[in-house]
This record gives sequence, structure tokens and C-alpha cells, in this order.
Amino acid sequence: MSAFTTLVARDIRLAARSGGGAALALGFFALVATLVPLGIGADLNVLARVAGGVLWVGAVLAALLSLDRLFQGDYEDGSLDVIALSPLSLESVSLAKMLAHFLSTGLPLTLVSPLLALLFNLPAPATLTLFLSLLIGTPAVSAVGAIGASLTLSLKRGGLILPLLILPLLAPAVIFGSGAVSATLMGQSAMGGGDGLWLLLAFSAAACLLSPFAAAASVRLNLSS
Amino acid sequence: MIASLTAENLACARGDRVLFEGLSFRLERGHALAVEGANGTGKTSLLRLIAGFLTPRAGRLVVVSDHGQSDDGEERGKQIGWLGHQDALKPQLTVREQLEFFAALYSASPDFDSMLGQVGLTRQKDFPCRFLSAGQRRRLGLARLMVSARPLWLLDEPFAALDIEGQTMIADAMARHCAGGGMVIAATHDPLPLGQASIRL
Repeated sequence: MSAFTTLVARDIRLAARSGGGAALALGFFALVATLVPLGIGADLNVLARVAGGVLWVGAVLAALLSLDRLFQGDYEDGSLDVIALSPLSLESVSLAKMLAHFLSTGLPLTLVSPLLALLFNLPAPATLTLFLSLLIGTPAVSAVGAIGASLTLSLKRGGLILPLLILPLLAPAVIFGSGAVSATLMGQSAMGGGDGLWLLLAFSAAACLLSPFAAAASVRLNLSS
Repeated sequence: MIASLTAENLACARGDRVLFEGLSFRLERGHALAVEGANGTGKTSLLRLIAGFLTPRAGRLVVVSDHGQSDDGEERGKQIGWLGHQDALKPQLTVREQLEFFAALYSASPDFDSMLGQVGLTRQKDFPCRFLSAGQRRRLGLARLMVSARPLWLLDEPFAALDIEGQTMIADAMARHCAGGGMVIAATHDPLPLGQASIRL
């Protein structure tokens, strides 16, 4: 295995063993998706209309839960020093950590989303759009989240300020993602229009390409303090 | 392979506070250097400076190697084996998994059983790291250092928490590393067992 895949595999293993990874995020996501219909009531039309937005916000918040440990754990126990001196550049390290976060959090959330969409009476075509939009969008959540995590890695309670930093940056993902679901619901193409999946794809690609550099710069800054 | 490391008029500051300045030394391959000084004089900062984490306020660090000379911190970092005062261990991973991770990260493929035998952790190899004592964690750190196969070792308080046998073990490892053409810089309060130069901050 290359150093890159080693780091990805190790982060996924750590997430699985500490219970703070997929299980926690999935539980949170499922609870949000269960509570909202209870709060709104049994109006199936209303539920289907809000499904895209609620599930998208729920998925973003669930993915946030494990973000603060992305760099902070390694920083606190000295692992980040050892990883920084490895043959991997800090840019690759950041990319590996984003990928591991997506695979251990974003991907499981995406996979259960069709099941949770049932609770909202979301029709099948819109459910497919929701699934695709989460598949495209959750990598961006991990990527933008990694920037926030790298900025707050030396703060003791960094997890508290992290949502304030990155939620505004994730607004485009939520808008395009839930917009695509609404468009499908109204019989339009999910890809076209002003709020289609193409825009989400563009946002996600830009976030995934740029944030390894931003996160690496911020890790460098934190290691030098 | 590094031939020498030279510090020229090095100064280090944290915030507005100058920790040390005008520091010059030269270390050739096969030699060790002890960094001494009271608490808070900048021993760890000097090591982090050499590792490339910090940038010097003034002066420069020059590495002469087969590829010519360079004063780039990040390039220097790729030559360094690091044993900081933290052990860089994850409580959830077993001793063997932890060592395998470091080896793969540093593209090394050592014989793990004999490596763990050398540092006296054979019996603990399937223990999660959270069950290790402070001294055992240190021994695993030494195994990591040997696995990384880097020419320049930077050790921060290498003898801390180790029993007599562990201290001998790390001293032997340092001697072997130097004998093999490596270099060691150690920040320590205890005298190093090697006949080496020392600088005082």
C-alpha cells in the first residue's frame, strides 16, 4: 500500500473503532429525519416538499459531528508531527484525511438517505436525485470541513467554533442539492435550470480541488506555533 | 544521505520573546549532539526549527547531502526521524498496527516481530496502545524511529519515563545509528552516553 492509502485506511479504522465515525453520524441523521415528520405532522405533500432541504441540512450537520477530530486528534497526540515529516506532502495528507472522512461519514449518509426519504413520502425520481446530490455534495462537505478543522486544530474546544466557520461556506451545497430535489419533484430535469446538479458538481469539484491546499497551509501554520 | 548539518547564527523567537540567538554549530555524519539547557530555554523549539516546523527569526540551517546543499525546511524534514515528547500513538490501535502504519507511511517494510523484540514489546504486540505504560510507549516510539530509517534523528527527552534497561536500549540504538553514518540531535537533561559534542541554550 502506498503512504496515501495507508493514511486513508488508518483514518477509517480509527473512525470505526472510536464510535465517533459512521455510527454517530448515521444515528444523528436518522433521528433528525424521524423527528422532523413528527414535528410537521402527517401532511404528505408538505413532507415531500421539505424532504430535500431537511435531509440535506441533516446530512451536513451529521457530517460536522466527526469533523473536529479530523486533524485535532493527531495534533494533540503528536501524530501530526510524525505524519508531516513522512514522504507525503501536507497537501496529500489533507486530501487523504478528507477522503477518509467522506468514506467513513458522507458515503454512509448517502447510502441510507433513500431509506430516510421514505419517511417523507418522497417519490422515487426525487429520491434518486437526493441520492445523487448527496453523493456529489458530501465530498464537498468533507473538503470544506477539512479547512475548518485545520484552522481550529490547536483550539481546545475547536469543535464549537467549527460549525460557525464552515456552515456559511456550505450554503451553496445545500441550495443546489435541495434545489435539484425540488426541481425533480416538480417534474423538471434535475440537471438543468438554475439549481441543478451540474452546479453542485461544479461546487464540489472546486471545493475538493482547492481545499487540500488551504488545509495544508493552515496545518503548516499551526505546526509552527 | 546527509553529510553535515550546519547552523549559522540561528535565532529563534516565539511571539515577541527571543528564545536564543547567535547559535552556531556543525554536525557531521556519524556524530551526535546533545542540546542542554534549563526548562523553557528553547530546546524543543530548536528541534522543531531543525525539523522545519518553525522558521528561524535570523540565521540559517544548511544541510549538505549527496544532492548538494539546501536550507529548505520542508526538504530537511524528509530526512528526519522524530521522537518528540509526545508518543504519537492512537489508543485504539494495537502496538503492531501502530508500527505497521508508521512503516507503510515511511515506505519501509521491516521485520515487525524482530523489531518489536528489539524494544522488548513482543508480549504486548496485540495490546491496544491505551494499555501501554509511559515507558512502553517510549519503547514503541524508538521502534518507530528505527523503522523510519531516516539519517537525522531528533530526540526530545529520549530517556524520559524509561527504566534502566530502556535507557540502555535507546543509548545503544543511538550509538548504532551513528556508527551506521547517521546523526543524532537530542535535547536532554541526562548526559548522553556517547562521546559527543553538546551545546547549551
